[in-house]
Amino acid sequence: MLEMLTQFEMLAYILAGLLFILALAGLSQQKTANRGNKFGICGMALALVAVIVVTLAGNAEIAAQTAGLMVVGIAIGAAIGVWRAVKVQMTEMPQLVAMLHQFVGLAAVLVGFNSFFIEPGGHFQGAMNAYHLGEVGLAIFIGAVTFTGSIVAFLKLSAKISGKPLMIPGRNAINAIMVLVCLACIGWLINTTGVEAGLVPLIIITVVSLVLGAHLVLAIGGGDMPVVVSMLNSYSGWAAAMAGFTLGNDLLIITGSLVGSSGAYLSYIMCKGMNRSFASVILGGFGDGATAGGGEQKDYGTHTEITAEETAAALKAAKTVVITPGYGMAVAQAQFPVADLTRKLKERGVDVKFGIHPVAGRMPGHMNVLLAEAKVPYDAVFEMDEINDDFGEVDEVLVIGANDTVNPSALTEPGSPIAGMPVLKVWEANHVIAFKRSMGNAGYAGVVNPLFYNDNTDMLLGDAKGSVEAIIAAL
Amino acid sequence: MRIGIPKEPYEAQTLVAASPDTVGKLIKLGYDVCVESGAGVSASYFDDAYEAAGASILPKEDVWSSDIVTCLDTPTDAELSLMKPGSTLIARMSPWGNDELINKFHDMGITALAMDAVPRISRAQSLDVRSSMMNVAGYRAVIEAANEFGRTFTGQVTAAGKTQPAKVYVIGVGVAGLAAIGTAGSMGAQVSATDVRPEVADQVESLGGTFVEIPVKQQSSDGYAKALDEEQQKLTLAVYTEQAALNDIVITTAAVPGRPAPLLITAEAVAGMKPGSIVVDMGASPLGGNCELSRPGEVVVTDNGVKIVGYTDLPSRMPGQASQLFGQNIVNFLKLATPEKDGVLKLDMEDEVQRGVAVTLDGDIMWPPPPVKVSAAPAAVAEAEAAEPEPKPEKSAFQKHWWKVLVGILAVALIVGAPPEMANHFIVFMLACVVGFYVITNVTHSLHTPLMSETNAISGIIIVGALLQIVNFDNPVVVVLAFIAMTIASINIFGGFLVTDRMLKMFERSSE
Repeated sequence: MLEMLTQFEMLAYILAGLLFILALAGLSQQKTANRGNKFGICGMALALVAVIVVTLAGNAEIAAQTAGLMVVGIAIGAAIGVWRAVKVQMTEMPQLVAMLHQFVGLAAVLVGFNSFFIEPGGHFQGAMNAYHLGEVGLAIFIGAVTFTGSIVAFLKLSAKISGKPLMIPGRNAINAIMVLVCLACIGWLINTTGVEAGLVPLIIITVVSLVLGAHLVLAIGGGDMPVVVSMLNSYSGWAAAMAGFTLGNDLLIITGSLVGSSGAYLSYIMCKGMNRSFASVILGGFGDGATAGGGEQKDYGTHTEITAEETAAALKAAKTVVITPGYGMAVAQAQFPVADLTRKLKERGVDVKFGIHPVAGRMPGHMNVLLAEAKVPYDAVFEMDEINDDFGEVDEVLVIGANDTVNPSALTEPGSPIAGMPVLKVWEANHVIAFKRSMGNAGYAGVVNPLFYNDNTDMLLGDAKGSVEAIIAAL
Repeated sequence: MRIGIPKEPYEAQTLVAASPDTVGKLIKLGYDVCVESGAGVSASYFDDAYEAAGASILPKEDVWSSDIVTCLDTPTDAELSLMKPGSTLIARMSPWGNDELINKFHDMGITALAMDAVPRISRAQSLDVRSSMMNVAGYRAVIEAANEFGRTFTGQVTAAGKTQPAKVYVIGVGVAGLAAIGTAGSMGAQVSATDVRPEVADQVESLGGTFVEIPVKQQSSDGYAKALDEEQQKLTLAVYTEQAALNDIVITTAAVPGRPAPLLITAEAVAGMKPGSIVVDMGASPLGGNCELSRPGEVVVTDNGVKIVGYTDLPSRMPGQASQLFGQNIVNFLKLATPEKDGVLKLDMEDEVQRGVAVTLDGDIMWPPPPVKVSAAPAAVAEAEAAEPEPKPEKSAFQKHWWKVLVGILAVALIVGAPPEMANHFIVFMLACVVGFYVITNVTHSLHTPLMSETNAISGIIIVGALLQIVNFDNPVVVVLAFIAMTIASINIFGGFLVTDRMLKMFERSSE
């Protein structure tokens, strides 16, 4: 009986691991994405069933209580999860993902502590003891960093705290010291025997890494949050993998490292999209408005304004229109009227395209999600590289709530904080209409955008949603 | 300022420098436009159409004395004498080595802008008249070939038997060459093409043609092919001769700006062609064309029945459209030079496009312009990019890779020191890392968010740890912690999968 159970467990783990790989592979292409998600659900269901059955069967005498606890716990979690997932607005997606990461981080910390309580120092012999405790220490370290890091990312994304980076002098040294303290405590931990002796270094690790996680993300500007979210995603995977090591559970190791390495690669892709090195993002300090623009304030001249009616007239006369949305569109929930405007213009025979910057919005693919929600046809949505050379032929560009991603100073001012970042060259178009709440606020990077002061740029100030609706009415 | 559109002084020129459509656009830029009576008749644009677009119809003398005169080519002295000092002439001028002409402009004290000298950079494409004229010419070259060719272009299987498709070979894949490839291909011919720049192979294939390699490789820095040395010449001629014999129609498009066209098809090559074959020499000129036997403006029939078309006026054979395109190029140029849209020409000599076309500026000789090094050839761009990082101080291999070495040493130490039971875990860990890396290497950008929420849901697998630990009823702390971990991990699992599903459903709907 027990042998059969072990075999069943093995089989379930192998299948679940395979399903997770298929899930990730499926998710990387549009056609297979839905299937990928189904694979992921199947894999998770299989893994859970296997673990629950094996655990209950292995502890027959307390099966009833255990099962009860499991059902209650999972039911509560499921209820909260489903409620959040159904309720969330598509514009709040980055916050939700960041919030979910913190749960994995916290769970990893708790599981790490449990591993320690169940099998404290002295439980194993020799090297095995050291390795076990070392893994516990690492699992808690990564889990705690993920936990507080995600909380801070969540707060920044939901604008509950300022997106500006916290610049403590010598912050890199502080971070390095905290990491070293953690490593030293892990060194201390692996030589302890018994719960009491080990608990002290373990708690120091926990506290220090909680502070470290928060400080790391606090130092990173809002503009880099997409990368941070993806990076935390990767950390949460590594935390799960570490927990797998402490428990000697291969499924956890496989799944955790799958998530960890794919998340790391995704972050790398994103950094490349912003033409920034991984290290410079992680070490933070980007997007500080106070020191932006290379220190000198330039006079960019004055901007010209345009009304919704004039915009409508310009759009009527145009043959080709490109819309470059940014986070402002998400904030104003303007994707539906924008989609409506697109349809109206298309009916008039205007060629309407969308140009999406790789880091538009607060998380990668953010704009695609919003446009998809509003049912903008796929073939009208283009990536930056596909469309960037064609702006010269475009009659009208509508910049809707985008700022840094259309900032020409990224190419022209080497001292600018966003220098070198590829941007949409909207200024090459015949005419640009920029939708903005007011002239006062700069983009997330805090950099002045000379585009808005160009001769061929007109500003349509006001709430993006209201502006677009007014244009539709005028059409 | 007033722009004058004169009737072209040359008899053969059927084009006009503005269509009613482009006249309207010039007026929008703030200019007054006057058109010489009958200027557009040969292009089927009549005076009343220009008037309707807002132009005034004036006699010849008034038109030539406008502030800005735009025509196709440098006019004859008779017309130039009508221009007033300080005015601007916009036309094709072939200024290369033409000092006499440049001095003439200097003496007249006018601003002369050579529209055939627009630098080949992507920004300037919209005002490159050579590009737009060559496009029309490439199309027409195929039509002329089809006219002379005694057979259909498409292959057919009919009740009366099977006919072979025509084989068309294009030498020189510039704008004209590409237009010819596209046109011939759409008419059903089998098209192949050759160019000394290997990077155009993709462009040929994108139009359905086959690229024929030649043993000479060239990278161009100004977007044009360069002249070849003698040895290269020999090698390429051998390929052309061989291909000419294999094909029914050969279209040569090589014209080097400011110099006689290079010889591509020798008399020997023509002798090797099948009777009834056609050569269209788009480089034909009094100085000599691409084909040794071509005569400019004529169709020559050789002894072996090969027809050599040497028309030099291909765009003029489609005057309506060619005029429209030319006129649009002029509009695009004036847009650049009229930043205020107030009808005042303001030339900016800092702008490399405007600097590039300036032959004289109020009589001052500006020619030749400094070389423009923004390439139309991707290969050269890559070179420039590769060269850029060099000035940075080169880090030594140790400085760059020390951390990799450190990580490697640590990993080896960990694995060697690990108890044997752990070995399996390390293997699993390593493999899973690599797999995780590779499965998402081709992720499409739009799926980043769903992918992230999916991996987030999957990382809820940490629940397994909690489930395994909750059975430790002898330690209530463990049970409580495990219970919390289990609960929050399930938030992740259910929330993550559900959100992913929601997002993907939206993508599906939008792709329908």
